[in-house]
Amino acid sequence: MSRRPYRSRKNRRLAMIVGGLAFLGIAAALVLTAFEDSVVFFFSPTDLTEKAIGPDRRVRVGGLVEEGSVTRGPGDGEVRFLVTDGNTTMPVRFVGVLPDLFREGQGVVAQGRLAGGTFEADEVLAKHDETYMPPEVADALKKQGHWQPEQAKKGGGS
Amino acid sequence: MIAELGHVALTVALMVALLQAVVPLWGAARNDPGLTGVARPAALVQFGAVALAFGALTHAYLVSDFSLVNVASNSHSTKPFIYKLAGVWANHEGSMLLWVLILSLFGAAVAAFGGNLPDGLRARTLAVQAMIGVGFLGFILFTSNPFERISPAPIDGNGLNPLLQDIGLALHPPMLYLGYVGFSTTFSFAVAALLEGRVDPAWARWVRPWALAAWTALTAGIALGSGWAYYELGWGGWWFWDPVENASFMPWLAGTALLHSAIVVEKRGALKSWTILLALVAFSFSLLGTFLVRSGVLSSVHAFAVDPERGLFILVLLAAAIGGSFMLYAWRAPSMEGGGMFRPISREGALVLNNLLLSTAAATVLIGTLYPLALEMVTGEKVSVGEPYFEATFVPIMVPMVLALGVGPMLAWKRGDLAAALGRLWVAALAAAGIGLSVLYLQGAPVGAVLGFGLAVWLAVSVVTEWAERVRLFRVSPMQSLSRALGLPRSAYGMSLAHLGLAVFIMGAVGETFFSAETVTFARAGDRIEVGGRTITFEGVGNREGPNYQAEVGVFVLPSGERLESERRFYPVEGQRTTEAAIRSRPDADLYAVLGEPAGEKRWTVRIYVKPLVMWLWGGCALMVLGGLLSLADRRLRVGAPGPRRASWRPAHAGVGDAD
Repeated sequence: MSRRPYRSRKNRRLAMIVGGLAFLGIAAALVLTAFEDSVVFFFSPTDLTEKAIGPDRRVRVGGLVEEGSVTRGPGDGEVRFLVTDGNTTMPVRFVGVLPDLFREGQGVVAQGRLAGGTFEADEVLAKHDETYMPPEVADALKKQGHWQPEQAKKGGGS
Repeated sequence: MIAELGHVALTVALMVALLQAVVPLWGAARNDPGLTGVARPAALVQFGAVALAFGALTHAYLVSDFSLVNVASNSHSTKPFIYKLAGVWANHEGSMLLWVLILSLFGAAVAAFGGNLPDGLRARTLAVQAMIGVGFLGFILFTSNPFERISPAPIDGNGLNPLLQDIGLALHPPMLYLGYVGFSTTFSFAVAALLEGRVDPAWARWVRPWALAAWTALTAGIALGSGWAYYELGWGGWWFWDPVENASFMPWLAGTALLHSAIVVEKRGALKSWTILLALVAFSFSLLGTFLVRSGVLSSVHAFAVDPERGLFILVLLAAAIGGSFMLYAWRAPSMEGGGMFRPISREGALVLNNLLLSTAAATVLIGTLYPLALEMVTGEKVSVGEPYFEATFVPIMVPMVLALGVGPMLAWKRGDLAAALGRLWVAALAAAGIGLSVLYLQGAPVGAVLGFGLAVWLAVSVVTEWAERVRLFRVSPMQSLSRALGLPRSAYGMSLAHLGLAVFIMGAVGETFFSAETVTFARAGDRIEVGGRTITFEGVGNREGPNYQAEVGVFVLPSGERLESERRFYPVEGQRTTEAAIRSRPDADLYAVLGEPAGEKRWTVRIYVKPLVMWLWGGCALMVLGGLLSLADRRLRVGAPGPRRASWRPAHAGVGDAD
């Protein structure tokens, strides 16, 4: 029985490896270009003020919603509030529907741009569990020396 | 008392697992049937013991035994029965117990149905399965004991996070774990094959159905989770590229690749060591997912346990399992015999392409998921990698994938004819172009939508064409075609359905992504709201008393007179608020209305979405699951089916190492 020889095993393995590497190369290129404009940095209000982030960068800011700082209007659905890490407060403006768990005195993470001293949020992140403090927020508070563990543990649940 | 029994049962399970991890291996090395024979009864006893422990915890939940810390902090006496039951696995300890229960279930299944497996392979597989069991039983007993007591027992419990009190989420974890942990079986088989240093023909026949079963369950589990997010969270989204979602999606991608390469091993005896590698990778992803979710390293909404001790324990398990198996692979795989040869343009070649693309996709998801963790560890900076990253990396990889998916099944094994296959797919190409152009013309749609719809139609028509080719539709008489159609194996229909499901899913995803409309307003009772070309009347807000919550009910009336109700619930026990969206699902679009917070002056924040083709998302997933089940039901694949005795069953070009 004679068969036309197929490409040898070694060649095939080599082809697979080369093919695989080519794919990884393409993937790496995709990953790097995507990273450039989709990685969003997180800052505490203090960091955000100190680092002078321009309005062209989308960032996240997190901390506690200052008690008594939430005001509505003048525009439809416009909400203003202060986010604090204990040292610095950052005014935030947001148009839209706030998540169920948004409340004064609770942790919050807002995503958007810093424009002229006010943080223009396009997203205020919802957290599922009221007892759950977003870790970034907890860290930001710790750094500023305002961390109170009971804040995270308030209420029930594990 | 029953709780203590559960604790004892867990300890017994750990002892049995230790025995099962050591003795059969030793027996297999010495070729001693007396010692390898320990594996099967041990696997069954281990499962029995874990089931007993799980039963004990379930009992504690059902009778609301608040002297258990776990029950007290996660349940409440007024909770509806179904959520008392689901509460068993809606917390860290219980969900780990469920994890181990399913792990031992798969071990027991291999033991029970593995009568026709070679003695040594079965013993080694069960031993490896038991090693994983030892790790996780130890994890539960030493760091996450669900049977811990408190004294004095509280009068009532803390309740369950109301967001988790949803039927989709009650079913989601067991389904997801069946998939996740199901890949432990293929992992154990792969490690056993590496230990033996050869891929037995029985190995190939066994790996595919297990991979298929795990894949089917994982698909269903992910779909349930996604559905829960859509129905319960009230944001109208179905996929957020959240790290926890990615944690279940990575094993799915690797598992899908495994499923396809296992076909090549089974049918052609080729790609053996690659398939073994994929089996290792798929379960490694499952373990990584368990680590990400259970250790609390993620800044994610899902991570509810923040406990470094646990994280470290799982990390060590992860390192041992992944490191150990990959080292074994590096050592033993080069000595594996290669299988049948094939040309790049062939069914095998197409499946290799599928594997490369899926693996690359899994790698990009992995990078996006781990990058924030790595960066924070190295520089302390906190970043989030969101949707834009995944859309920019994942989608471009899926485009060639779907294109190739249309052609692949049309190629012959070993040596295919690409031109001929493409020639037969002219209808599909035409249909895809037609749909794409008409979407462009009618809707002025963005390029992404044109491309997406085109791809989905290309895939769907290709699947139908492939089926028509098989039954020789219009080439022979209709009766002959019918008898051919009836004669096709169920696995062929399974494949077609699953691929069709992907096409339907893509339709849904593209429709929802590109054509959703959204309106947020502050409405008074009686206001008419325009959204996506529809007019909805907001009738006002009433009150309602639920079994364990109070609700404000917003009523929306459609032009047809149909009434939709969205609830804003308050759960007093947990002190928490949730939103129940009002959703009317129709094949063309979902109407999704949410009652928000009061906005003063008798106005309410109201959010209404029109989301086209969302039902297609779920329909596509259902088709994939159905395809998986149908393929599993194939007689040839049935797990307990007697092994092949006829020569024609052997992989036609099996290498020397395959002969037994």
